[in-house]
Amino acid sequence: MTDAAQFAEPAGRSKLSPARLARRRAAERRFRLYGLGAVFTGAAILLLLLGTIVANGYTAFFQTEIVLEIEFDPETIDPDGTRDPEILRFANYQTLVHRAMQAQFPEVTERRAKRTLVRMISSGAGLTLQNMVLSDPGLIGGSQTVWLKTSDDIDSFAKGKIARDVAAADRRVKDQEIAWFDTLEARGAVRSKFNTTFFATGDSREPELAGIRGAVVGSFLTLLVTLVLSFPAGVLAAVYLEEFAPKNRWTDLIEVNINNLAAVPSIVFGLLGLAVFLNFFGLPRSAPLVGGMVLALMTLPTIIIAGRAALKAVPPSVREAALGVGASHLQAVTHHVLPLAMPGMLTGTIIGMAQALGESAPLLMIGMVAFIVDVPGGFTDPSTVLPVQIYLWADSPERAFVAKTSAAIMVLLAFLIAMNALAVVVRKRFERRW
Amino acid sequence: MQITLIIAALLILSSVAYVVGSRRALAVGRTGKVRLHSRSQYHGAYAALWCALPSLLLIVLWSIAEPQIAEWILIARLPDAARALEPDRLNLLILDVRSLAGGNIVSGDLDPALQAAAEDYNRFRTLGLAAMVVVAVAVGAFGAVRAVRLVGPAYRARNEVEKIVRGIMLVASTIAVLTTLGIVLSLLFEALRFFAEVPFFDFLFGLHWSPQTALRADQVGASGAFGAVPLFAGTFLITFIAMCVAAPIGLLSAIYMSEYAGPRFRATAKPMLEILAGVPTVVYGFFAALTVAPFVRNFGESLGLSVSSESALAAGGVMGIMIIPFISSLSDDVMNAVPQSLRDGAYALGATKSETIKQVIFPAALPGIVGGLLLAVSRAIGETMIVVMAAGLAANLSANPLEAVTTVTVQIVTLLVGDQEFDSAKTLAAFALGLVLFTVTLTLNVAALYIVRRYREKYD
Repeated sequence: MTDAAQFAEPAGRSKLSPARLARRRAAERRFRLYGLGAVFTGAAILLLLLGTIVANGYTAFFQTEIVLEIEFDPETIDPDGTRDPEILRFANYQTLVHRAMQAQFPEVTERRAKRTLVRMISSGAGLTLQNMVLSDPGLIGGSQTVWLKTSDDIDSFAKGKIARDVAAADRRVKDQEIAWFDTLEARGAVRSKFNTTFFATGDSREPELAGIRGAVVGSFLTLLVTLVLSFPAGVLAAVYLEEFAPKNRWTDLIEVNINNLAAVPSIVFGLLGLAVFLNFFGLPRSAPLVGGMVLALMTLPTIIIAGRAALKAVPPSVREAALGVGASHLQAVTHHVLPLAMPGMLTGTIIGMAQALGESAPLLMIGMVAFIVDVPGGFTDPSTVLPVQIYLWADSPERAFVAKTSAAIMVLLAFLIAMNALAVVVRKRFERRW
Repeated sequence: MQITLIIAALLILSSVAYVVGSRRALAVGRTGKVRLHSRSQYHGAYAALWCALPSLLLIVLWSIAEPQIAEWILIARLPDAARALEPDRLNLLILDVRSLAGGNIVSGDLDPALQAAAEDYNRFRTLGLAAMVVVAVAVGAFGAVRAVRLVGPAYRARNEVEKIVRGIMLVASTIAVLTTLGIVLSLLFEALRFFAEVPFFDFLFGLHWSPQTALRADQVGASGAFGAVPLFAGTFLITFIAMCVAAPIGLLSAIYMSEYAGPRFRATAKPMLEILAGVPTVVYGFFAALTVAPFVRNFGESLGLSVSSESALAAGGVMGIMIIPFISSLSDDVMNAVPQSLRDGAYALGATKSETIKQVIFPAALPGIVGGLLLAVSRAIGETMIVVMAAGLAANLSANPLEAVTTVTVQIVTLLVGDQEFDSAKTLAAFALGLVLFTVTLTLNVAALYIVRRYREKYD
């Protein structure tokens, strides 16, 4: 053997055998696949999550309605003919609906069947008629065709959420009702309309009458309080800690404190709100004011941390230039550093607000879980917020609330996406790289 | 409402003070003989601050103290017979008088003495409000006048304003400390009241949890057992399941994103995981209760297992999904912080990418990753909505993931939601649980932050 051959085949040659190399390469490929698999699992779960919500929820944006020829019988509404609004308000409009529905199916005579028949129409139909009469008493005595909401079960059936082929005993909608519904549909008396009620009203026990307006307004009021309290406090604290605070134990304590506060479970903030704001200061329960205060304490660390990062990103040369031309320390900060750090601070604030909007656990503690029909009009009115409304509906036994819950989630997610998109836009547009 | 009006009035007053102060400073400056030390805006701002701050402070103090003072006066005006009542009845009476004063109808017949008390109460409150308005405005005006009179060439208004602003900033930065203090004190205070009724060790080591308090002493089955071990076990089980889901997926995707993925893949996959992090927990709870729990149940039953419809597996699994982005982004950061020289060294020795990751980067990043996992555990322990919606209420002491277990947070919510009197052991128990929760998560956080900080220092 020559020297060259010896050089080409060192002692360790056998360890670099092709089999071993293949094994190592296979391990490499496997490991890479695991990683890719993990990323795709995450993505798949996200799609599944959103897919389920949308598949369950999109139908709630539509409502099945039935057209009826309503006769505004003066005998029933206003027997004395006084047209007194008080009498008009308390008249029994449900009877009118019942009569009109029975007129559609004169062959139904048995009492129980009649009850089932009129129950196909939502119990809110009377209220619709009442409003019509109150706004135009001239309707009394005449008759008019009116589109009325169906009950939640019929609505679910019309949307295919209740299958026909299930055994009649397990089905919420009985054979009789299906037959009537088919007849009505064949007559062209059924339509599916965009569900404005869902966006225009507060909560209700009847799924077809329940809406998210009350919860959205409650969320808005709560977030307004949160923003007004936490943004100034957060910015001031961030500026102090980053620009002015002396390096001592007290500052260290504040710093550690803020970092830990950011990781305290949200429900503990709820306990704080219950013990301090409600029981000690005696503020009203279920009020957006208290909810906003609790959420402000919760988002404060987020805003401070984001604010400090934004201030840190401003180069010291800016400060030094300002100080060099004779500005005081505070002037240098407020005139030069703060405007440059503002986009970053705003981004942090928007993200903090988005977190606050999705938060529900601490609000359960301070009583924002009550069943509230009215849309709140002020900061101390009892109200609920969107995520808590979702929680309440998710707990409801009625099948139709599943769709409502999913629809409410879609609205909530839309708000969150909008806020996060805003944060991205603010960051992209105004952020300066140094 | 009245408070809002008062504050609006104060704002107007202080803007007037600003204008007057800065005008006066300008006038002094215009004489041309001397130069002002501070620019006119600072004199104005000084006047405005002196106008607004003391009276605002006064208003805040008054709104805290007023209800209490009103109640004392009310009690003092009540007939002697009423004052002799026991505290509970007296409270009811006071509530009655208050609603009477508010113009509401009170059930039962009207006692003329009560009516008189209500009128007195009303009179006092209007009087008090009026007095407060007068005093607040007077204090504001006095402060403004004082500041405006100080305007002069030598007066260092800017330094004074800056001092005040720095004071405000200091106050703002102590809010966080005050919050922590408030949490600790309120939890401790209520928990101590609880431990006065239930022995501390019975709570911490008791094996039976059924938080009913007897309405009558002889009631059956209302013993009220407050042994929290089943709750701790349930919390631990669900957290463990969550970590089993989240840790591998989160870590592996972080590895892939930081070491393998190209910039384009990262640009799409990273926001996707961030969306997962942004989904509100109530949505995860709904997903767990509506989709995952029935699926787990049906799947288990098709295998012949008996699965509870509120199984720990469903709640824990979904909680794991919630935590994935948390773990992946934290460990992504940590692995990116490992110096490139370590990677280069490993490649130079002939290691493949996966060998480099497993034998060099992962060990180097381990402290940071452990810190991240601890933070994730603390998050899972404190998570509320998912378990409230998808986990059970019954406190079973079980390690079977197919059974329903309950957690600390679920019990806090069930104990406190709804109207309860605030001094029963049942509601106080929630605060004791809250204290345990706070202590455990705080310990985990402190440990995690310490580890992460130590690790960062190593490579900085």
